[in-house]
Amino acid sequence: MSRAVAIEVSHLGKTYDKIQAVDDLSFQVFTGEIFGLLGPNGAGKSTTLRILITLLHPTSGSAKIFGLDSVKDADRVRQTIGYVPQERAIDRFLTGREHLELLADLYHLSSEAASTRIPHLLKLVELEQHADRPAKTYSGGMKRKLDIACGLLPDPKILFLDEPTLGLDVQSRLRIWDHVRDMRDRGITVVMTTNYLDEADRLCDRIAIIDSGRIKALGSPTELKVGLGGDVVSLTVGEHDRVDALAAAVKNLPAIRAVMIKPNGLDIRVDSPEKALPAILEAANRLTCQLEFIDYHRPRLDDVFIAHTGRSIKDDQPKEDDQ
Amino acid sequence: MTSRRKTINNEYWDPTEIFMKEYWQEIRALTMRWIRRLSREKFSMLFTLVQPMLFWLIFFGNLFQRAADMQVTQASSYISFLTAGVVVMTVLNNGLAGGVDLLFDKENGFLERLMSTPIHRSSVILSRFIFVMTLTSMQVLVILAVAWLFGVQPVTGLLGVATILFIGMLFGVGLTAISMAMAFSVKSHGDFFSVLGFLSLPMIFLSSALVPLSAMPGWMGFLAQFNPMTWAIDAVRPLILQGWTEALPHVGMVIVVMVMFDALCLYGGARAFRRAIG
Repeated sequence: MSRAVAIEVSHLGKTYDKIQAVDDLSFQVFTGEIFGLLGPNGAGKSTTLRILITLLHPTSGSAKIFGLDSVKDADRVRQTIGYVPQERAIDRFLTGREHLELLADLYHLSSEAASTRIPHLLKLVELEQHADRPAKTYSGGMKRKLDIACGLLPDPKILFLDEPTLGLDVQSRLRIWDHVRDMRDRGITVVMTTNYLDEADRLCDRIAIIDSGRIKALGSPTELKVGLGGDVVSLTVGEHDRVDALAAAVKNLPAIRAVMIKPNGLDIRVDSPEKALPAILEAANRLTCQLEFIDYHRPRLDDVFIAHTGRSIKDDQPKEDDQ
Repeated sequence: MTSRRKTINNEYWDPTEIFMKEYWQEIRALTMRWIRRLSREKFSMLFTLVQPMLFWLIFFGNLFQRAADMQVTQASSYISFLTAGVVVMTVLNNGLAGGVDLLFDKENGFLERLMSTPIHRSSVILSRFIFVMTLTSMQVLVILAVAWLFGVQPVTGLLGVATILFIGMLFGVGLTAISMAMAFSVKSHGDFFSVLGFLSLPMIFLSSALVPLSAMPGWMGFLAQFNPMTWAIDAVRPLILQGWTEALPHVGMVIVVMVMFDALCLYGGARAFRRAIG
């Protein structure tokens, strides 16, 4: 099934002060999907997003939003998109309602259109009760919801979210995720940046892993994980001197891809767990090798990230409560 | 000509009309935001309005009443001499601080939000000009009212007051443009406030605000001649103290000087804005 293309990015490059922030990036975003740009801080994902929302001009290549060029047709692009910047892009002296009224004028809505849409949006993000309080009294989660309402005000075909849950508590994060899924279900294409693996994994339909300005991997989280090949069985062995013998016995069993020896056990990548697990347990039994702990998991997105970038995203992860 | 027209709600609109309608909608909304922000900061508003007249006019004016030589100032009282200076100082301070809110908008991402909407890029700037000019004009009126309480009545009457406001606006446009250009160019707001503090006081001392040029040490008087503030004060002062005959040549001159000053500042400001916003 061929899907309609919402965004076409080809050979995009951006250089600042001789630093290549984005380097030959090409990808497509399809209509009606949640597309994630995943990468550590400074990977180039925010630069890419800013080019897509027409705030930056690329130094090479192009980005087209519904066929409109992000530079030449910037004005028309701005009419079709909504943008939710990182938290704090809020005027603390204005109330929630005043934010929306301001944006309604900037999107040239008539006062009739604004007076029906604004209450609707406030209800949608559950801010009706707080709509007439200055934003400085809002919690982080409420500010984020106001941000999202602002992004939705122009009734966009594409919504861009920059790190939508950075610095939020767990409940607020989950609620924001629900809102994002809800937007997709109503036909809005969502493009977001994130440096949270679990967010990319659970929320995005497809993700591009970006590191040092380049795309390292592209696909749905499941495709990327399956593409890595093999699930992982981790064994913790009671008697550490038996590890080598067990490794040798397991190595030639069917459905085993690779065996990695650790000081206290084995990490075994397997093709099909149904076949591999009984055989591994039988081998351990035969060697009367006591197993203290067995862990079985599918490859996680962090395994994918490490495989493609050679490092863990967590090395650069900001602390959540820094904000 | 109908092919050039667009239909909105079954009414025909000329593209120029649509452009003007949208432009005005943006500018009005953005100006309202500045007004709302100021009105929510009641203390800040109070001090903004009261500070120049309290500090400079009332304290400084009365303090130097007897120390200042009337032969030198050529005025009936030091306060009456100082009024023109305080008026222009207010224009200076408001103008130089005119970019501060945009600086904060730039730093917290609000500017980016505004720029991602389909507005004319100049609306943000224009709204700021309108706001700063209106606020400054109100302050100037308050200063003239307080001066009046101390017996200073502009001899040129209401038309003279209107001329003073006009000169203030001409000077204020250039200053606000400098301030906005700085707001868009600086790396951090620390830099901005350092430059602001560095500019403001020397501009005041190297002008005819506090003493006439003739009473200054030679080198200061020399430098003060090139200060646009001196030109503005030299036009405002005769409007308050002397009359139209003495004032008109200065008013004519200051208009020419200010138009050049504004053109220069606006050119620099537009470049800084384009570099920052793209």
